[in-house]
Amino acid sequence: MEIIKGIQTQRGANLNIKGKADKILDSTITSSTYALNPDDFFGTVPKLLVKEGQSIKKGDPIFYSKNNPRIKIVSPIAGNLKLIQRGPKRKIEQILIETSENQESFIHDVKEWKELDREGIKTLLLNSGNWPFIHQRPYGIVAIPEETPKAIFVSTLNTAPLQVDFEFILEKNKENFQTGINALNKLVDQPVFLGVDKSSSNNFFEKIDNVQHYSISGPHPSGNLSLHIQKISPLNMGDRIWTVNCEDVANIGSFLSSGEFNPKRTLAIAGNAVKSPRYYKSMIGAELGPILNEAGITESPVRVINGDVLSGSLSSISGHVGYFNNLITVIPEGNIYRMFGWLPFKDNKILSLSNTSLSRLFNKKGHEVNTNLNGEERALVITGEMEKLFPFDVFPMQLIKACLIDDIEKMEALGIYEVVPEDFGLIDYSNTSKLEAQETIRQGIELMINEVG
Amino acid sequence: MNVLRKTLDNIKKPFGKGQKLEKFAPAINAFDTFLFVPNHTTKKGAHIRDAVDLKRTMVTVIIALLPALIYGIYNTGYQYYVQMGTSYTFIDAFIHGSWKIIPMIIVSYVVGLSIEFGFAVFRGHEVNEGYLVTGLLIPMIMPVDIPLWMVGLSTAFAVLIAKEAFGGTGMNILNPALTARAFAFFAYPTYMSGNKVWVSEAGNVDAISGETILGSLAAGGDVNYSMIEMFQGAIPGSIAETSTLWIAVGALILILTGVGSWRIITGGILGAAVMGLLFNLWGANALMSFSWINHLVVGGFAFGIVFMATDPVSAAQTNKGKWVYGILVGIFCIMIRVFNPAYPEGVMLAILLMNVFAPTIDHYVIQGNINKRKKRWASTLKTA
Repeated sequence: MEIIKGIQTQRGANLNIKGKADKILDSTITSSTYALNPDDFFGTVPKLLVKEGQSIKKGDPIFYSKNNPRIKIVSPIAGNLKLIQRGPKRKIEQILIETSENQESFIHDVKEWKELDREGIKTLLLNSGNWPFIHQRPYGIVAIPEETPKAIFVSTLNTAPLQVDFEFILEKNKENFQTGINALNKLVDQPVFLGVDKSSSNNFFEKIDNVQHYSISGPHPSGNLSLHIQKISPLNMGDRIWTVNCEDVANIGSFLSSGEFNPKRTLAIAGNAVKSPRYYKSMIGAELGPILNEAGITESPVRVINGDVLSGSLSSISGHVGYFNNLITVIPEGNIYRMFGWLPFKDNKILSLSNTSLSRLFNKKGHEVNTNLNGEERALVITGEMEKLFPFDVFPMQLIKACLIDDIEKMEALGIYEVVPEDFGLIDYSNTSKLEAQETIRQGIELMINEVG
Repeated sequence: MNVLRKTLDNIKKPFGKGQKLEKFAPAINAFDTFLFVPNHTTKKGAHIRDAVDLKRTMVTVIIALLPALIYGIYNTGYQYYVQMGTSYTFIDAFIHGSWKIIPMIIVSYVVGLSIEFGFAVFRGHEVNEGYLVTGLLIPMIMPVDIPLWMVGLSTAFAVLIAKEAFGGTGMNILNPALTARAFAFFAYPTYMSGNKVWVSEAGNVDAISGETILGSLAAGGDVNYSMIEMFQGAIPGSIAETSTLWIAVGALILILTGVGSWRIITGGILGAAVMGLLFNLWGANALMSFSWINHLVVGGFAFGIVFMATDPVSAAQTNKGKWVYGILVGIFCIMIRVFNPAYPEGVMLAILLMNVFAPTIDHYVIQGNINKRKKRWASTLKTA
């Protein structure tokens, strides 16, 4: 393996939280319903292709994107469409499918996929529902199939708190991963860029062929693709770069060898409210309840998060597995009062990156965290604290301010194309004014999509 | 704790949403959140949050100010008894100092916080903690004999004009505490300079020289204090500015907790030292030949660079900008001291001047990043 570039960063922080998943893989736990949540597809307006009560096969399209009808989201399971749950303005919030006994799948003809040209493979992935696995930068939306990216990036390292170990997840799935990479190579003019953890040796990702390897080291967010793209192939105005999550590469590979849509999700159930944090075999959209039951919840009330504590989306014990996340974090809610909690060096048990707390000296084994805001929202006063945690070549506070005032020209100049909301996760966590940085950036990106496209 | 919490919740009931006193909720919340960090949980964004908040940050600054303040209180009494020539004990000095200074602090807090609470209720936002620091800084940088009503008036001017007129905490261009001092300095110059104001009740005693070192140098006099005295701070001056030693302790607290910018402080010391050294080489008047090391320890320079120039709102915000800003504060401080005999102390004006230019400094730093990005875009367009 040849490393084309080593990415190293000092700026950032690893949050040491209790409850990392042990490397034990438990077998599949059955789920009676599956749910698709259109909000998982940022920037996609869903148009339904099915009606309530209709029976569907696994792999049948459920909805498509209003902006691009070729992008279809398919059912992860065969069964009956039980409920289309709508929110304000009839927005589709959830599509609930009840499993049926007879599991039929929509099988695509994939025997000749190696002979297909770029358009052919695109059509195959689009029709089979594999396309939404491919994301596009800027913006972090589902890739636009009519475009050709200048590169495709896959990172095998996720540095967010309690994140999963992809090497463990994909250990037994090497062939599918390689097949997926080979397919992605057909979509782009240069081999896929594959990021590997510098500290782990003999990682099987290093033996994957037909890719350009680069190595990553440093604290979170060193695993974020925004950083890798910026260091290797920076985004200019009009450029497109595509990204695919690790397990989704294997899912695409599995589809190409069987012809059947593969909604597999190896989940880590982690967090300090979980009794025995470990990995479970599951599927996109499966019920969380039975899995959480199995893993054991030790606190009440808890917050269930589809994803990590910094950027994950809110779910609940009765919720479902998200479309893209391999991690389910469960932590206690923090609706408690703390007397004089604002005194410096008080309550050192609370995880803090600030030097006004001694928390880093204690709890080396991991902190118990909860969802308390630990203060109230205030005007932006402190400067320089965001930059310490932000390795990107972007001025974070200035970009946030540009987003707050909807100044498109300034957002563009300050680098809105080069970031996604997740990159601001640590800023959300650590900033003194309790500013909602990720939400602000997300709104800024939505504005860019609507105004610039 | 539970009983107290329940009582508070009961008191707060009429201030709740849709209740009669809802408008005044920010006022009652300010007291409540002083006692308890609220039970608010995250709604958007990151699900967990750091233990640090603005209250904790501001309280850290207050803790950093305390050594200089306590020494200032002692020094007020010490200067008073030395000029009177009477015998005194350590405790006497403290009592005299407290008797002078605590009323000033009370006036500053009462006036400033009343305005802040008023604006919070009027604008419907929570009371920001920034004033806890400003309110303590204002008396600390005043001469001890200034009448209380002047403290109150300067405070009102600073909070209204320098802060709230610009939109409140986080929006102001000038440091509010320095604005209060500048207001008093230009509105009541006889109470803010000369040889009668720096020592407690010096105006009532004849033939006592209570001049500051810089004041007597500017007037062509000699310096009667040793370097160690200047460093310890047993010299006349604004209340808390005299002791470089205890200010250095405060600086250490600010830098170790990460609350104050070490870049600004280091930059300022560098700028002042280099400028002082250059003037030493020139040596055309008494202030020019005043050793550069002494320049660092006399007057308000140390206090200004540690506690005023590092105010994150009015200083430069980018890391590179902080260096430039700090260095320029140091340079201008010494320059104003040396060239303008009407203003023997230059740090106030140097910081206010740089407050005005801080956004410009940041603009160029950020423009550098923008230009780099645009150049990259242009180069790919050419090759494409």
